[in-house]
Amino acid sequence: MADAAIDPREFLPPDEPVHLLDPDGTYHEDPEHPVDLDDAGLRELYRLMLVTRKVDREAINLQRQGQLGVYASCMGQEAAQVGSAYALAEEDWIFPSYRELGAALVRQVDAAGLLHLYRGTWLSDHDPYKHHFGLMSIPIGTQALHATGFAMGARLDNNPIVTMTYFGDGGTSEGDPHEAMTFAGVMKSPVIFFVQNNQYAISVPLEKQTAAPTLAHKAVGYGLPGRRCDGNDVLATYAVTKKAVDRARAGEGPTFIEALTYRMEAHTTSDDPSRYRTQAELDEAATTDPIARMRNFLQQRDLYDSELEDAVEEQAKEVATYVRAGIYDAPHGDPMELFEHVYVDPTGYFEGQREQLRAELDANGEG
Amino acid sequence: MAITMAQAINQALHDAMSEDERVLVFGEDVGRLGGVFRVTDKLQENFSEDRCFDTPLAESGIIGTAIGLAMYGFRPVPEMQFDGFTYPAFEQIVSHLAKMPNRSRGTVKLPVTIRIPYGGGIGAVEHHSESPEAYWAHTAGLKVFTPGTPEDAYSMMRAAIAMDDPVIFLEPKRRYWMKSDTELPVETEPPHKAVVRREGSDVSVFCYGPMVRTAMEAAEAAADEGWSLEVVDLRSLSPLDTPTMLASVERTGRAIVVHEAAQTLGMGAEIAARIQEQAFYSLEAPVLRATGYDTPYPPAKLEEFWLPDVDRILDMVERSLSY
Ligand SMILES: Cc1ncc(C[n+]2csc(CCOP(=O)(O)OP(=O)(O)O)c2C)c(N)n1
Ligand SMILES: [Mg+2]
Repeated sequence: MADAAIDPREFLPPDEPVHLLDPDGTYHEDPEHPVDLDDAGLRELYRLMLVTRKVDREAINLQRQGQLGVYASCMGQEAAQVGSAYALAEEDWIFPSYRELGAALVRQVDAAGLLHLYRGTWLSDHDPYKHHFGLMSIPIGTQALHATGFAMGARLDNNPIVTMTYFGDGGTSEGDPHEAMTFAGVMKSPVIFFVQNNQYAISVPLEKQTAAPTLAHKAVGYGLPGRRCDGNDVLATYAVTKKAVDRARAGEGPTFIEALTYRMEAHTTSDDPSRYRTQAELDEAATTDPIARMRNFLQQRDLYDSELEDAVEEQAKEVATYVRAGIYDAPHGDPMELFEHVYVDPTGYFEGQREQLRAELDANGEG
Repeated sequence: MAITMAQAINQALHDAMSEDERVLVFGEDVGRLGGVFRVTDKLQENFSEDRCFDTPLAESGIIGTAIGLAMYGFRPVPEMQFDGFTYPAFEQIVSHLAKMPNRSRGTVKLPVTIRIPYGGGIGAVEHHSESPEAYWAHTAGLKVFTPGTPEDAYSMMRAAIAMDDPVIFLEPKRRYWMKSDTELPVETEPPHKAVVRREGSDVSVFCYGPMVRTAMEAAEAAADEGWSLEVVDLRSLSPLDTPTMLASVERTGRAIVVHEAAQTLGMGAEIAARIQEQAFYSLEAPVLRATGYDTPYPPAKLEEFWLPDVDRILDMVERSLSY
């Protein structure tokens, strides 16, 4: 039997997703989900979202100019990523998928370095231990188990950190996240499953992905509270995540959060979404833009003026320029590095192949 | 009419679905989108959402349900979106698809054809360029086919779907846009047969899938050096057409195996073993391999250094001839 003290009905998602900000910026206080941020913190959320959008746009441009092989945009999902990542403490960990630019920027991962995965110079560039940010994971949903194992480790070690993993609506269909939730529930792991429901898995819309009443309902079967929030409302994503973080840190176990958002761009730059969704749908989604909403809120609070606007725009431009330069100037990559990190202790036959590559490069004058 | 390999496979699926209403096509994004490579383009429109459908994002689910559908009497042709995403389905393929016919003493037939775009060379992001053929060829109960030309892509796909054994159908994605002047439908050699694509007298080059064209280019370049290469397109990796392989080695006395997959325990290992077991006295030189390296598949900017190319094949030819 599960913990008899917990009424399983408490795990069920609320009828309405938590929503604190209207599109016009009107704030609705929710005593269950306080926003414990000062003015600087509120402005910081805005700044991070805007920088995310600029870097994201830059990455799309870089791909169009042939500098990146492909890129998966997070446009429209800035509030979901920034608000949730901002609710973590610095020592907490994140296990991302491939779309988490916004969360990475919260973690101060070098934005140019992050794009090396998409440029194809190397498969990652940042030190996960420095940023407490795992490697971007392309095989869908797999990172949920890594996050859970990491959280299990922290618990065994009495280390009060919390681990959060991101995956998508499509990811909730794969086996791994379900096994992760099973483990996390049984082990009471301090882990948060943060799902960005952006309505699509490439071309497949949510209604073809699942017959569940909501994605958050899936958590209930594993003994996890299933929570939902407006994913384009950065105060809601922050507050709902913060509550889950506090819960995990207090030893009360994992939480599943579904953030309702929308993927404004193509799945990746290789995708042609006109084959499966309409302009009208996009136009409709654009009316719930997370950044405009937060700007409206700041304006209402007199926290926004042209000085802030200029400073943030300027900074966003700087980062974008930095990313651009970092990618254009990036070295091609050293083919010999292919043999560098495969084994901690490489041995004979493998070394022979390394020599073969060296000889090939020498013969072609590329060494 | 010039037709690409992707179009040839699309046509094969279309024709198979027209002829036999038990043929079903499903997988991630194969319906409305027509597949990320458009190989299933218009099948949903032409046949219905029942016969060509988008599945939830779950590879184990796709193959596991294909097994159930096949037991019921359908002929499923599921797609794995990319080589690197077949691994979640490994258990269903290896423990069930490959074994159930044997476990049931032949009472259960599983005519499932799993389509997998595979291999590198298109500058893709991580996990989209794998060559996992040895895993499948190592698994008894599966047939493993891989075409090297649009004609074969059509004909072998039709044969695979018509076959009662489960087939892993590996589509060399970098050749999807390769064109051929041909009229469809076309019937080529049966898929179990290897085919000599170019006759030669000095060295036999065994290749398949994406490397067929590369080997043909190598043979062209070798001719300039005065070396005559015989290019053998294996087409089927399980079963291997051993007689055709041996006959070629008996003519040339030398053999090189070419594949993109990493070297250790790749197809080259099995081919070399069979040749030395059965054509030992014909050999003038050891069987050599021009393959990918024993490292994870490289990032896009480095794949040209990793993938076997004309130069790597010619290096091996030279080495073989030096014995
Ligand atoms: C195991 C696996 N199967 C298939 C794919 C191909 N693929 C890449 S992204 C994607 C859709 C993912 O949708 P979702 O989980 O909703 O995340 P989103 O891309 O919307 O952020 C698919 C099918 C993959 N990367 N990994
Ligand atoms: Mg999605």
